[in-house]
Amino acid sequence: MASHEPLSLDDLMSIDPLLSEEERMIRDSVRRFVRERYLPRAADLFAKEQFPSDLVPAIAEMGLLGGSLTGYGCAGMNSVAYGLAQQELEYGDSGLRSFVSVQGSLAMYPIWKYGSEEQKQRWLPGMASAELIGCFGLTEPDSGSDPGSMTTRARRDGDDYVLNGAKMWITNAPFAHLAVVWAKVDDGDASSIRGFVVERGMKGFETPTMHGKMSLRASATGEIVLSDVRVPKENVLPNVVGLRGPLSCLTQARFGIAWGALGAARACYDAALSYTRERVQFGKPIGAKQLVQQQLAEMASEITKGQLMALHYGRKKDTTGITPVQVSLCKKNNVGWALQIARASRALLGANGILLEYPVVRHMLNLESVYTYEGTNEVHTLILGNALTGHDAF
Amino acid sequence: MKILVPLKRVADPDNANKVKIPASGEKIDTTGLEPKPNPFDEYALEAALRLTENGQTPKVRAGEVIVVTFGPKECDTTLRAALATGADRAIRVDTTDDKLDGDLVARALKAIVDREKPDVVVMGKQAVDGDSNQVAQLLAEYLDWPQATFAATVHEEDGALLVGREVDGGVITLRVKLPAVVSVDLRIVAPTSVYSTKTARTFKYNDGVRFAALPAIMAAKKKPLVELKLADLTADVAPKIVYNAFQAPPARKAGIKVKDVADLVLHLKDEAKVL
Repeated sequence: MASHEPLSLDDLMSIDPLLSEEERMIRDSVRRFVRERYLPRAADLFAKEQFPSDLVPAIAEMGLLGGSLTGYGCAGMNSVAYGLAQQELEYGDSGLRSFVSVQGSLAMYPIWKYGSEEQKQRWLPGMASAELIGCFGLTEPDSGSDPGSMTTRARRDGDDYVLNGAKMWITNAPFAHLAVVWAKVDDGDASSIRGFVVERGMKGFETPTMHGKMSLRASATGEIVLSDVRVPKENVLPNVVGLRGPLSCLTQARFGIAWGALGAARACYDAALSYTRERVQFGKPIGAKQLVQQQLAEMASEITKGQLMALHYGRKKDTTGITPVQVSLCKKNNVGWALQIARASRALLGANGILLEYPVVRHMLNLESVYTYEGTNEVHTLILGNALTGHDAF
Repeated sequence: MKILVPLKRVADPDNANKVKIPASGEKIDTTGLEPKPNPFDEYALEAALRLTENGQTPKVRAGEVIVVTFGPKECDTTLRAALATGADRAIRVDTTDDKLDGDLVARALKAIVDREKPDVVVMGKQAVDGDSNQVAQLLAEYLDWPQATFAATVHEEDGALLVGREVDGGVITLRVKLPAVVSVDLRIVAPTSVYSTKTARTFKYNDGVRFAALPAIMAAKKKPLVELKLADLTADVAPKIVYNAFQAPPARKAGIKVKDVADLVLHLKDEAKVL
């Protein structure tokens, strides 16, 4: 028997008083949505490598797609409310959050930020309501952390551009209606990179599905193959040139991931806590043992620190703005710790930790991707190192 | 259709075992328990929303849903949540729960009904803190309206509601003419429980209470929420039920272990005297 009622992590963190009523309501609504509509299916979707496409209309109805953007049917949430929503989605599954991140931060955001008024009217309302699903083509088989080395080219031909190349690791690609593809123009270097909205049905545009992932299995990943795809100039994003375009999208997405990872960490912590309080070995719950308490205390402390950092940068994003370096710090810290918390939770659950019946191994495997995508942990370390020392170590 | 939905904020019913009673016995202490809307009231709101829409196009409201609660300023959160879920406007009667009983709430609600003139009052069958299960019945009596309690299904007809009430051994179906008072049970939020005349009877709702969409949450703060004084609604604000003292149920005594069946039978016979 525990000697007293345990203190909840929520009470320990005391985040609620720092949130507005509206922010709490948004969090609670997404929380209930994820727990009622997603969690009962989470293990099954992961096991079957299945994206829950039937849930997409409901996700859109909730206002989750492009939720931080304003106008064009988007919800226009502040950064903290947006972050809290991502956190609740990833409490469900990193794959679910990835779907929402890619649609909002990587496909809608570049159109919203760099598109013409006509382009925004044409695509954004349909993307907010999920009639149009988008994806983001930057990474290539031989160009990951160094996107400036991309080989996808757009050759000018009259009023059109003709695109050739291949993109890889593209979330949502298999069923996307449109792809924001980044390509070098003519014989230019990285400074010639432009964003192209390539639409499903354009000749030479294909998106084969990538199978065999042991991570993010509920999220659809594909390639984008571009063979002489003719893209009219109306589909070129007019207001950005160079790597700044795709990198600014990644900064948006990474901010959401920094929050989202806390949700996955929290799901693992919750599972580890409840398991270790109930699992009896050598006559008492393993939660009554020092080795276990040391780990739970460390998890609680890292989740609290990560939450406060996310909240701080979220408030700052809405007032004075945040720099990409600050986003790197937040993404690196929160995802890095989420993965460690997931691994520790997996071990605390012992043999049960490897079963899909518990959420832990699923989150652990998912977080291996989250650790690597959207700037690997190592790249964010180098971004920080560069910022702190003035020496570029890439 | 215009519908009034009374809501109550209660201490987290999932942690009801954590309530404490101080030694003085003067009250029930719910400190530390998160306040939540009474679940049956949330079901009532869901039923009211279903009755004022075509299920296929739930963003367009056919009619009006007004939510009302009795409580201090903090209860505005409960009302805002209801507004975010789809209610059109809200009323908070400023008071505290210890100054109320079911009869007083029913009399105050009657005054609100007289002002607002809804076609129907849809409410939870009871609040899960006091579990009194009185207000709907008292309100119907004071209004002299027909009542249908513990509704599991409500189908709108022209000028009436067809209400299915689950009772021991079956379902009683009542046709209540409007205006009326309906109190709902938990199965009211099943996929085919409630239909307005606009919703095709082949349409199936998601099971449970709908989710507040994020834009609706942000828009909710612009919806009207008015505060009334209890004394504005009824001259007699004295509750009829006076609580003298509260007492926790006695703790269970430890049992004994019996040697074998013969010993058990002996105890049942000689001590418990049930054989």
